[in-house]
Amino acid sequence: MSQVVVVTSGKGGVGKTTSTAAIGAALAQSGQNVVVVDFDVGLRNLDLILGAERRVVYDLVNVIQGHANLSQALIRDKRCETLYLLPASQTRDKDALTEEGVFRVIEELRQRFDWVICDSPAGIERGAQLAMRHADLAIIVTNPEVSSVRDSDRIIGLLDSKTVKAERGEWMEKLLLLTRYDSARAQRGDMLKTEDVLEILSIPLLGIIPESQDVLRASNVGAPVTLNNPASAPAKAYMDAARRLRGESLDVTIPRDKKSLMGMLFGRKAA
Amino acid sequence: MKLLKFLGVRDSAPVARERLQILLAHERSLVGRSDLVAILREEILQVIAKHCAIDRDNVRVKMAKGDTLSTLEVDLEIRAPGGAGIALAS
Ligand SMILES: Nc1ncnc2c1ncn2[C@@H]1O[C@H](COP(=O)(O)OP(=O)(O)OP(=O)(O)O)[C@@H](O)[C@H]1O
Ligand SMILES: [Mg+2]
Repeated sequence: MSQVVVVTSGKGGVGKTTSTAAIGAALAQSGQNVVVVDFDVGLRNLDLILGAERRVVYDLVNVIQGHANLSQALIRDKRCETLYLLPASQTRDKDALTEEGVFRVIEELRQRFDWVICDSPAGIERGAQLAMRHADLAIIVTNPEVSSVRDSDRIIGLLDSKTVKAERGEWMEKLLLLTRYDSARAQRGDMLKTEDVLEILSIPLLGIIPESQDVLRASNVGAPVTLNNPASAPAKAYMDAARRLRGESLDVTIPRDKKSLMGMLFGRKAA
Repeated sequence: MKLLKFLGVRDSAPVARERLQILLAHERSLVGRSDLVAILREEILQVIAKHCAIDRDNVRVKMAKGDTLSTLEVDLEIRAPGGAGIALAS
C-alpha cells in the first residue's frame, strides 16, 4: 500500500528539501519505489539537490493544467533507478496549483509508487496547506531552536485540522525529525535538548540529523547525502530514519562529535 | 563552563524551554485549539482502552462546529467476541 508523506516545518531553511531528498533516496536504495514531489512552486530546489536541474522539461503545474502527462514530467534518478522526481514549476503565479488538480496527481502517484514524498514550501499559507492536504503521514522537520519549535507547533495544529485525514476524523500521524543538531552546542547547554523538544511538541521521534559539512558537500555536487557519502554521520542518520518509516524499531542515537569530546577532556574556552 | 556555572551564569537551553512552554500554551489557546480533536481523541482512546480492546487504526473522531452548538462524534470498533461496534455522539 502506498504512503503519502509530507515533509513540512513552518519555518524556512530548516532542512525540508535536504531531508526529502535524503529520505527519498534512502527508501529507494532499499528497493522501494519512490517519488519526491517539489511543492515549492516558484522556488524549486529539489531538482538542484538531486542533480536533475538540467533534465527538467515539464513540472507539477504543467501536469495539473493538462499540458503534460505524469510520465512526461517524472524524472528518473541516474544513480538510483527506483527514485523519481516530480519538479515544481518556476512560475510566479501562486494559484497555479489547484486543490482538485493536486488531488488528481497524488492519486495517480499513489498507483505507481510505494512512497510519495512531498517537499513543502515554508510558511503556513496555501502552498504549505496544499502540500500536506492529502498526506497519510507528516515528517515535521525542526531545528533545536526556539523559533523553529514554535513554527512546528503551528504546523502540527494545521495538520490536525486542515488535512483530508483530519477532516474525516482520522488520526494524522506526525513524526519529528530533528535536524542540524550541533553536539558541541548541546554539550555547552546552549541548545534545546531533544527531550525538551519532544515534550513540548509531544510527537514521536523519527531521527536526529547532525549538523554536518557532508550535507553541504552533497548539495554542492547535486546528490542526496545518502547516495553521495553513505558512510557519513548524516547519511546514516537519514538511512535509520528511512528504516523507521518502514516500520523497523531502531533506537535513536544522539549524535556526538569527537571534537567536543576532546574539548571536554582537554578543556575549552568558555564561549 | 564549570567556571561560568560557578559564577551563576545559567545555560541558555533551560531558559529557551521555559519560554517556549509558556508561549505555546498561550498560542494554542488563542488558535481556538485546532488540535482539540487530536487531544480529545487521545484521551478518549486511553480511557476506553483501559476497559476494552480497540483497534486504534479504526477510529474516527469528528467535530462539527456550529454557532451555538458543536457536536463530537466518536466512532470506533471494540474488539470482542462477535465484534460489536459502538458509536457515541455528544
Ligand atoms: N544537517 C545539516 N548540516 C548542515 N547543513 C544543513 C543540514 N541540513 C540542511 N542544511 C543546510 O541548510 C540550508 C537549508 O536547507 P534546505 O534547503 O533543505 O531547507 P528547507 O527547509 O527546504 O528550506 P526552505 O524553507 O527555503 O525550502 C541548506 O544550505 C542546507 O545545505
Ligand atoms: Mg526547501
